[in-house]
Amino acid sequence: MGQVVLKGINKFYESVHAVKDVNLQIRDKEFVVFVGPSGCGKTTTLRMIAGLEAISSGDISIDGNVINALAPMDRDIAMVFQNYALYPHMSVYDNMAFGLKMRKFERREIEKRVREAADILGIGELLKRKPRQLSGGQRQRVALGRAIVRHPRVFLFDEPLSNLDAKLRVQMRVELKKLHLRLGTTAIYVTHDQVEAMTLGDRVVVMKDGVVQQVGEPLELYNQPANKFVAGFIGSPAMNFATVTVTEADGSLIAENSGLRIKLPDEIAQRLRGHVGREVILGVRPEDLTVASSADLDHPCFDAVIEVVEQLGSEILLDMKVGESNMVASVEPTARVRVADKLRVAMRRSRLHVFDAQTEAAI
Amino acid sequence: MAISAVSATTLREAPPPRRQRLLEDERWLAFVLLVPTIVLLGMFIAYPFIRGILLSVTSSRVGMPGDFVGLANFYKIFNDGIFRTSVYNTFVYTGVTTVFKLALGLWLAMLLNRNFRGKAFTRAFILLPFIIPTVLSTFAWKWMFDPTFSVLNWLLYHFGLITGRINWLGDPDLAMISIIVVNIWRGVPFFAISLLAGLQTISPELNEAAAIDGAKPWQRFWHITWPLLLPVTMVVVLFSVIQTFADFQIVYVMTGGGPANATHLFATYAYQIAIGTGLLSEGAAIALAMFPVLFLVVIIQLLYIRRVEVR
Ligand SMILES: Nc1ncnc2c1ncn2[C@@H]1O[C@H](COP(=O)(O)OP(=O)(O)OP(=O)(O)O)[C@@H](O)[C@H]1O
Ligand SMILES: [Mg+2]
Repeated sequence: MGQVVLKGINKFYESVHAVKDVNLQIRDKEFVVFVGPSGCGKTTTLRMIAGLEAISSGDISIDGNVINALAPMDRDIAMVFQNYALYPHMSVYDNMAFGLKMRKFERREIEKRVREAADILGIGELLKRKPRQLSGGQRQRVALGRAIVRHPRVFLFDEPLSNLDAKLRVQMRVELKKLHLRLGTTAIYVTHDQVEAMTLGDRVVVMKDGVVQQVGEPLELYNQPANKFVAGFIGSPAMNFATVTVTEADGSLIAENSGLRIKLPDEIAQRLRGHVGREVILGVRPEDLTVASSADLDHPCFDAVIEVVEQLGSEILLDMKVGESNMVASVEPTARVRVADKLRVAMRRSRLHVFDAQTEAAI
Repeated sequence: MAISAVSATTLREAPPPRRQRLLEDERWLAFVLLVPTIVLLGMFIAYPFIRGILLSVTSSRVGMPGDFVGLANFYKIFNDGIFRTSVYNTFVYTGVTTVFKLALGLWLAMLLNRNFRGKAFTRAFILLPFIIPTVLSTFAWKWMFDPTFSVLNWLLYHFGLITGRINWLGDPDLAMISIIVVNIWRGVPFFAISLLAGLQTISPELNEAAAIDGAKPWQRFWHITWPLLLPVTMVVVLFSVIQTFADFQIVYVMTGGGPANATHLFATYAYQIAIGTGLLSEGAAIALAMFPVLFLVVIIQLLYIRRVEVR
């Protein structure tokens, strides 16, 4: 079992309010990822769960027992640190065995578990080496091994892949996912990389300035972001935003700014009835913009001028000037476009997002 | 372009003056750069050392060159009771103070390594015994141990722990204890600050990882902090042992080797014989007798440090 519940968690560092009223229920066997920009309080939250940081107010419980007052060692958790935190004077074997030795496991059992973990992670050959004789990726595996030999109820990861090069990071990401499927231990994972969050998480917690912005499955965050921040943070390249004024004409709603004038589709128009005459923020993802063709007549369209063409092979990114503002579109690699071309661009009607101009919450 | 190319070729073609050619040879340059160091080391270390050895095998006294007498001086001092006491004292003095300095220094360093208000100030304050000239602070201590004016006696008396005066520096054992106390007081800051520097190189994450791994505080100290601090500890102990073994100032000021030559160390006894009595060659022999011991200590510890670092 490994069910973690955070109830009204706050953290103050003297005057800094680092974590603000976080409520979260993490189910057994779930892989939950905390994601957000630097300084948003992800690490602090994780360290409070680990018991390395005192909780200013609120309760954290594991499997129904409040653990606020328990020392880290009594919480039955294992943590993987960003810089691995391997004991430099111990061999790989001793690094992995340390936690078991401290818990007075029998020698045979220790050996069995270390071998088992080493096999899973493919580091059986390295057991006699010292950490400084290992590459970054190998150290990362040892750090993982140290966590899994303990068979804890919960794994805590603090940006474990951020010191690896891009290729290795992708590879380790897949391995982590496999490892989780195999072990089934509840995992809480902190990262600032939204791709890692989307690919690893069963559910993703988006944080900003110590406040949880949205909790949901990756696709839920992608398709129904709760506010402009989540919409802009999840997805790459980032969502395009345009501040528009809503007006009414001939019974339908029009969204308009200096370079843009589109008729809002009915689904959205319904939600915006109350906003006529006011400003809202329109959001559309680059992948939901296409070069308009005759098939797109019922989709909202607008004119744009191409400023930069980025060939990525699998797609083309177009940086476009739309009136005074800029937008990015991701179009088919077969599109024939050049810098300074004037284009008619269509937005996929069902994929438009609108946000309140003041609160930035989704409407 | 053309101009600079021309000047470059002319430079290469013109034969440089002889002196410049010598300096361009790396071996010569290295030698020239080393000369100041060699001169300094030679004048202030090698020459006195060799002079000491030469002196120790003669019968020189103040104002008398003397003759070669072989190892007679060494033979003489090894049969000298006071010399034997000095040897014993030096070992006790070095051993006891080093253990206490290490223990107290480590304890202080661990306290200072925590976060608390006024940390920077406390760290600077801790260094005071180290900064004050030893002779000055030792005089203050001498005053505190003075049988008549002793603050210690006054305190003990007023707390009802003693009834009469304790003659700290007049009793051989108490005198030894007194100088040991002063040496510890004087040496702890060096240990504390050096070990603190060592502690700060140990990532706090290691202790956190160990805490999560189930290690209790003293286990974390024993399995993580202590082994990682060991190289620094060895260097600090090495320095301290060498200094304490050859200590002079504290004993000279506090007891002058007394009462009845009971607290002499190598250095103070050598000074007393050589300068006080004028038996230069014998004093040199006493001072030289330290050398094999220190040499051994240095060798053992350097080997050990190397082993620890290679790990
Ligand atoms: N020991 C501390 N003392 C004071 N403020 C702190 C301390 N630790 C963190 N903070 C503050 O708390 C906030 C949250 O920090 P935290 O380390 O949790 O951020 P993070 O989300 O992990 O960021 P990153 O992605 O950069 O690691 C930050 O504003 C930080 O400055
Ligand atoms: Mg962090």
